[in-house]
Amino acid sequence: MSALVRLDDLRTLLDTALAEARGSVPAAASTTELDALERELLGRRSPAGQANEAIKNLEPAERPQAGQAVGAYRAAVAELVASRRDELAAAEAAAAADRDRLDLTAGSHGRARGHLHLVTQVQRELEDIFVGLGYRIAEGPEVEDDWHNFEALNIPPAHPARSMQDTLYVKLGGDEQVMLRTHTSPVQIRTMETHEPPIYVVAPGRTYRNETLDARHSPVFHQIECLAVDRDITLADLFGTIETFVRRLFDDETIRTRFRSDFFPYTEPSAELAVSCIFCHGEGCRVCSHTGWIELGGCGMVDPNVFEAVGYDPEVWQGFAFGFGLERIAMIRYGIDEIRTFFDDDVRFLAQY
Amino acid sequence: MRAPLSWIRDFTPADAPVEELVAALNQLGLEVDAVEQPGREIRGVRVARILDVLPHPDADKLRLADVDFGDGQTRVVCGAPNIYPGMVAPFAPAGAQLPGGFRLERRKIRGVVSDGMLCSARELGLGDDHAGILELDGHAALGADVREVLGLDDVVFDLAITPNRPDAMCVVGVARELAAHLRQPFTVPAAATPTDASVAADVTVVVEAPDACPRYLARVARVTTGESPAWMQQRLVKAGMRPISNVVDVTNYVLLERNQPLHAFDLDLLGGRGIVVRRAEPGERMTTLDGVERELTPDDLLICDAERRPQAIAGIMGGATSEVSAATTEILLESAYFERMGIARTSKRLKLRSESSSRFERGIDPDGVARHADRAMELFAQVAGGRVAPDAVDEYLAPVEPARITLRTSRVNRLLGTTLADTAVVAALTPLGIDVSGSGDELVALAPTFRPDLEREIDLVEEVARRVGFASIGRTVARPTEQVGALTHAQRDRRRVADACVGAGLSEAITLPLVAPGDLARAGAPIDRVVEAANPLRAEESVLRTSILPGLLRAVAYNRARGLADVALFELGRVFLRPDGDRLLPDERYHLAATLAGSVSRRPLEDDRVVDVYDAVDVLRAVLAAVEVDDWHLDATAHTGYHPGRSAAVVAAGREVGLVGEIAPTVLDALDLGGPIVALEVDLDRLLAAPRRDRTFRAPSPYPPSRIDLAFVVPEAVAAGAVATTLRRAGGDLVEDVTLFDVFRSDVLGAARKSLAFSVRYRAADRTLTDAEVAGLRDTAIAAVTGAYDAELRG
Repeated sequence: MSALVRLDDLRTLLDTALAEARGSVPAAASTTELDALERELLGRRSPAGQANEAIKNLEPAERPQAGQAVGAYRAAVAELVASRRDELAAAEAAAAADRDRLDLTAGSHGRARGHLHLVTQVQRELEDIFVGLGYRIAEGPEVEDDWHNFEALNIPPAHPARSMQDTLYVKLGGDEQVMLRTHTSPVQIRTMETHEPPIYVVAPGRTYRNETLDARHSPVFHQIECLAVDRDITLADLFGTIETFVRRLFDDETIRTRFRSDFFPYTEPSAELAVSCIFCHGEGCRVCSHTGWIELGGCGMVDPNVFEAVGYDPEVWQGFAFGFGLERIAMIRYGIDEIRTFFDDDVRFLAQY
Repeated sequence: MRAPLSWIRDFTPADAPVEELVAALNQLGLEVDAVEQPGREIRGVRVARILDVLPHPDADKLRLADVDFGDGQTRVVCGAPNIYPGMVAPFAPAGAQLPGGFRLERRKIRGVVSDGMLCSARELGLGDDHAGILELDGHAALGADVREVLGLDDVVFDLAITPNRPDAMCVVGVARELAAHLRQPFTVPAAATPTDASVAADVTVVVEAPDACPRYLARVARVTTGESPAWMQQRLVKAGMRPISNVVDVTNYVLLERNQPLHAFDLDLLGGRGIVVRRAEPGERMTTLDGVERELTPDDLLICDAERRPQAIAGIMGGATSEVSAATTEILLESAYFERMGIARTSKRLKLRSESSSRFERGIDPDGVARHADRAMELFAQVAGGRVAPDAVDEYLAPVEPARITLRTSRVNRLLGTTLADTAVVAALTPLGIDVSGSGDELVALAPTFRPDLEREIDLVEEVARRVGFASIGRTVARPTEQVGALTHAQRDRRRVADACVGAGLSEAITLPLVAPGDLARAGAPIDRVVEAANPLRAEESVLRTSILPGLLRAVAYNRARGLADVALFELGRVFLRPDGDRLLPDERYHLAATLAGSVSRRPLEDDRVVDVYDAVDVLRAVLAAVEVDDWHLDATAHTGYHPGRSAAVVAAGREVGLVGEIAPTVLDALDLGGPIVALEVDLDRLLAAPRRDRTFRAPSPYPPSRIDLAFVVPEAVAAGAVATTLRRAGGDLVEDVTLFDVFRSDVLGAARKSLAFSVRYRAADRTLTDAEVAGLRDTAIAAVTGAYDAELRG
């Protein structure tokens, strides 16, 4: 080593070593190999080490230049090594990732989210619209007595309106005294019996008919009833409230409402409620049987006899009520043909909504 | 109610286009179910006489008819049994067109050429009668167009009349409404009945029950029975009735035209030439015209002869004894007004409804009884050779007064949201036959007796609304000023429960609340307090559910039967328990039930696994978390319907609120279901009554936790959940979490013993726990567990 005394020789040594490093470092196949190579190129016995040893034998004037040459060599090699180290780390991470690869299309743990029944979805939607209009949600028993289901609603015994209902009675109380409610209207009575006016409520719920489940009939179905009682509620309020509500329900401001005289014992005047067809907008299509209108339900002004039954003074209080079937709304909206679809509980139907 | 336009035009012009008439009827509340214009599509159907009827060479049920259609003869094949030589019938030759646009062609039927066809009533669009070929009036000119002969160039409105409008159940009533709407004249001509003094109304009428029969009028006429004329038959057919004989046809004609049910008795067959109207004796029987013997009660009203023998159930149906027949020469015509509710009760109890009863129970016009009998007499004279006795026997013992109703114009406007003048109110009501006097808020209306629905001011308000039209009523929105719209806490909680189940992967079912008693019993649902249906249609739906689960399991079976094995369902609904004490209505409670069947996919990292009870427990946890009930535990106990070793009671705040577990094989076998199926059912009303999590903010501690692991050897019967609770209580507020991380069984531990290993995490809110503190906590925990159970710490 001590033979190296010329600056040029020292430079040649470093240049040669660097030239070799440019070939060997990028070729290092692993970090282990790279570590060994780094020691070889930069360690005590490396060309850089030898050059450092030799500097003291140079002319003092040449020593700074020699020092710079060694520094440049070290920096160049270190950069080569760092660069290769990054490459190797990336390749090893990629290989590890490849070993840990999972086919995400192959499955999933546990269950996906379930589904609310379509009737519940419609019911919540309606409830939320009415809550937005300031209404509360009233409830009542599904098994009712004659007073609430019929009598207080101005449907006395042997009244022709009772012949319109296929009532399912239960063995409680006297003969035909207790029944599964045939409509949600008894909730009107219960609400007024327990609350002072004004009243603004909707009453959704299950109702019953003495029928066997088939395509067109169901022993159970759902209605929603709306009742508003205040000092100056008018027929115009009834029509306007319904119009506002159906436009919100079908999310369509162009929907028109049509009211035709009808008869219900508990309202007077009474009307049948229809909306312009949500599919053809009144042009006529299969859904609306080419009439341009879809019948939704019944409505009217609360009959004074009903107010008297619950102890409200009909000279002071006025009110309206309307109601319709939740299944019907869903059937219209989604083109469901058979009512039994709602009660078969086929998971394919449930999962569709 | 079927109303032919041609008949309506007897009373009012009604000359607006059909579409306009339909719109008017609909707006008036006389809903048009269908508009029939049978003649509109019929082309070339002619009157023909059958000359000869021959057997078909190749078919037993078919025959050949040679027909003469005026300017020619031909042969057709006919399958109807009622044809005979000499019969006059509608003949549709090849090239003719029937309703529906159906065009006839010459074609071979079983080898014989048929040159068209003979038509039934239905084939001509005249109702449903398809039993045989329609027989035409024998005097009709051969070759004439049947549209003219049958009056088919007409419009028939099929109307759905609401039960409050008996007056609109007749042609006159429909005409009155249309006339009012169209502002056209309306007149019902008075009957012009020639009477015959040689016929005497020498009959007696005794009404013993005037409360049930306020009015009974009898007329007498001598008649020649036979067929009614074609014009009458046509109207009856178009209105949906079958012509029978001239006498019966007249009574039906007046029923349809005037809404007055009439009954013609063969006077010779009425013992004592008279009528007694009386209540039935208890257990009295009579056979009605339909051949059914009916048992009666004193609530039923009978029309009897003067010898008190029943001839008819008043207002509902006659008997065979005094029925009019071809041999009848003298009739007693009954025109009566019966009390509505009585007719309704008898009709309902006997399950016997007729055109007559449906009108009486809605209420006919008591004042029309005599007028309408006059009309019948006029028609008997016209079509049955009637010679009419001049007098009527009219027992009107309880006269019905027209209702006098005070009507305030301000009330009309306040209810309708209108600004009508009193004159507009009067103008709306008058054309309906309502006589209004006075002004402003002191209008006095006399309601016509044919409108029993008009009794109160509100009834007139409705009439005004109907007349001005709902389309002219404004549209305003009423909003509450004294309340805020919101769900109640319970309603919000029920939504959260449903949402939690949905989040746990379950779908909501709605099962029928009517179930079979056996399903409830097998499932261990309370059967002693079950509510039974009084009139169920099926035994499988004969009681109200006391538990939702049996219905849900049926839904699982339904899905299984369709090849859908992995089913996870829940239902939130009411159950019903027979009331305690003297309460009338059942105890109704909200329950939540959930069930999981089939398998859970763990692929591809693990194998699929079948559902197990912990899936049900997970659903339960999700629900409890959703409603923030923290104070709960499971109490392992056996319950009917569940696997005895894999079920537990759910206890919240010290009260049992439900069950969770694996369904017992006995239940599954009954439904042909393979297991395992796991389930839970919770009484939501009880659960939601439990105290909820305290929502006061507790700052998460910034200090480090200290964790200790403890394993105890305990008897099998000791529940891990109980030990965890003991550990939690022992550490008090310093316990952050207790987790069971291992369960180990071995012979070394001894028979029927197991090791439960817990990891307990402690943390203080205000400091780092010292080693000494943690050691103390450990000792306390060990002491608590070994003190509470037959437990030893595992080294």
